[in-house]
Amino acid sequence: MFLGTIGRVTAVWRYVLKRLLLALPVLLGVSVVVFVAIRLIPGDPAQIMAGQAATEEVVRQIRQSLGLDRPLPVQYLYFLRNVVRGDLGRSLFNGAPVVEELGQRFPRTVRLALASMVVASVIGIPAGILAATRHLSWVDTLVMLVALVGVSMPVFWLGLNLILVFSVRLQWLPAFGYETWRHLLLPSVTLGAASAAIVARMTRSAMLEVLGQDYIRTARAKGLAERVVVNRHALRNALIPVVTVLGLQLGTLLSGAVLTETVFAWPGIGRLLVDAVLARDYPIIQGATLLIAATFVALNLAVDVLYGLLDPRIRYE
Amino acid sequence: MSNAPRPSAVVAPAPVEPVGRAQGVVSAGALVWRRLRRSRSAMLGLGILAVFAACGVLAPWIAPYDPYASDLENSLKPPNSRHWLGTDELGRDLLSRILYGARLSMVIGTIAVAIGVTLGVPLGLLSGYLGGWFDLVVQRAIDVLLAFPSTVLAILLVTILGVGLVNVMIAVGIVSVPTYTRLVRGQVLSLKEQEFVHAARALGAGSLRIVFRHILPNTLAVLIVQTTLQVASAILSAAALGFLGLGVQQPTAEWGAMLSTARQYIQLAPHTLVFPGLAIVLTVLGFNLFGDGLRDALDPRLRV
Repeated sequence: MFLGTIGRVTAVWRYVLKRLLLALPVLLGVSVVVFVAIRLIPGDPAQIMAGQAATEEVVRQIRQSLGLDRPLPVQYLYFLRNVVRGDLGRSLFNGAPVVEELGQRFPRTVRLALASMVVASVIGIPAGILAATRHLSWVDTLVMLVALVGVSMPVFWLGLNLILVFSVRLQWLPAFGYETWRHLLLPSVTLGAASAAIVARMTRSAMLEVLGQDYIRTARAKGLAERVVVNRHALRNALIPVVTVLGLQLGTLLSGAVLTETVFAWPGIGRLLVDAVLARDYPIIQGATLLIAATFVALNLAVDVLYGLLDPRIRYE
Repeated sequence: MSNAPRPSAVVAPAPVEPVGRAQGVVSAGALVWRRLRRSRSAMLGLGILAVFAACGVLAPWIAPYDPYASDLENSLKPPNSRHWLGTDELGRDLLSRILYGARLSMVIGTIAVAIGVTLGVPLGLLSGYLGGWFDLVVQRAIDVLLAFPSTVLAILLVTILGVGLVNVMIAVGIVSVPTYTRLVRGQVLSLKEQEFVHAARALGAGSLRIVFRHILPNTLAVLIVQTTLQVASAILSAAALGFLGLGVQQPTAEWGAMLSTARQYIQLAPHTLVFPGLAIVLTVLGFNLFGDGLRDALDPRLRV
């Protein structure tokens, strides 16, 4: 038994290591895509930095100082070396190091994403349980319909409506700013709503599957209260796929954050990206997409590993 | 933008059964339709879609006003008897703009998904059937694409391609490629070991023939369902790009772009915010309802 546990632990670590090694080529691929993408964007960074009125000579000098006159593969290697060293260049507009900007913005996006996860779980899981325990009743139908509307709604539109109701009309909550929990409320509900819907659907189907199992019949047959059967016997087993979905949602939340942050003027990484794209601030676009993609890869890896830890039936090969 | 998770799970494929014969003279299509008819939500979805499709097609005839004709004296008017849904900041009739927007959204959603299918399905078929280095290269490329959240990828693509209707469709289409490739590859992997494929091979069929004549038809059920749901997320993605100012540009009557402007008038004229958004929700809901219903009707085993 004990030895078995040790064997399992080693297997887990071997699996983690393998997944980490597999993630490396993906990250390398990401760096190539971002590097190439930035160079495919129409426009000349040197010209943008120099301004429209600059002379040919000035533009050429800037191009040289940025290394833009070297062959592309050489540029890529320099780029990669700098990324590894944590040097992502400077913003074309305010000259601040991109890494500093990202370091300042990223925690705010993480805060928003985590708060949205809380919203998604607090709404999604109970709603899913409710629907499953009243399977095929009107409650079930209603929950599922609301959930479907939830995934059919544009994130930004929901955000604007919440602002309309709670900031403009009722004046209960601020429409922008990020300092206090009151500022966090509307954005996190906005961002978490679609995930809540997905979590509700997942919880429902996982619960329905578990509730059909023999051990649930046994639990009921021995006279346990339905509440105990649902909460203690069914829910715990149903939660495994739900946790997986929640983890994967965290990545999706990064995607939605771009829109939510734009709606609420939340100074996170998503808004930084949109602003940089509109202003053609290449180093920022490059740094932000790299960071977002790397986070996405890391999150998916973490979910895979966590899934295995939660469910002893999973075997690592 | 798409909120929908990208499906990564491989669903066990169901070979197309000769359902018609089992049920007497009923064809497979008729059987699916019969099952669909029984699903209230699928019919609701179909109804919504029919209404919006009709609006889109008939927009030039049923729109009460020219969607681009401004009337500054009547700007930002709330719904009234002349303008049922009110007017926007330039006094343009909101109902007319939403009707024309229906046409645009349907076209964007359909063409974007067609691009995704055209690129993604053959890649998935060949990747799954051929295996080897081809599979390896394609799958690693897909891994890299999937490393970007869909909105971020769409933004990056539009930044390269430039804004505008055609580029939005291309960007949103490319974003959906990994979904199709993964889905089809998974199907192929389990189908290619089945007896009918072995039989075809034994009879001397070449790889391409096996893939396109024998395997592809058996993935159709799953593909049709996925495509219906994918149109929904394509419409959301395109609207998101429009909202960010990176998609279809003003003054085009595109729902996302309309919302981008409406945002500035949230206090003065909330109706300009509410109605285009409702149009998006209803259309996307229609596709989602119908897609879910199709999944149940085409193959009850795929029921989630």
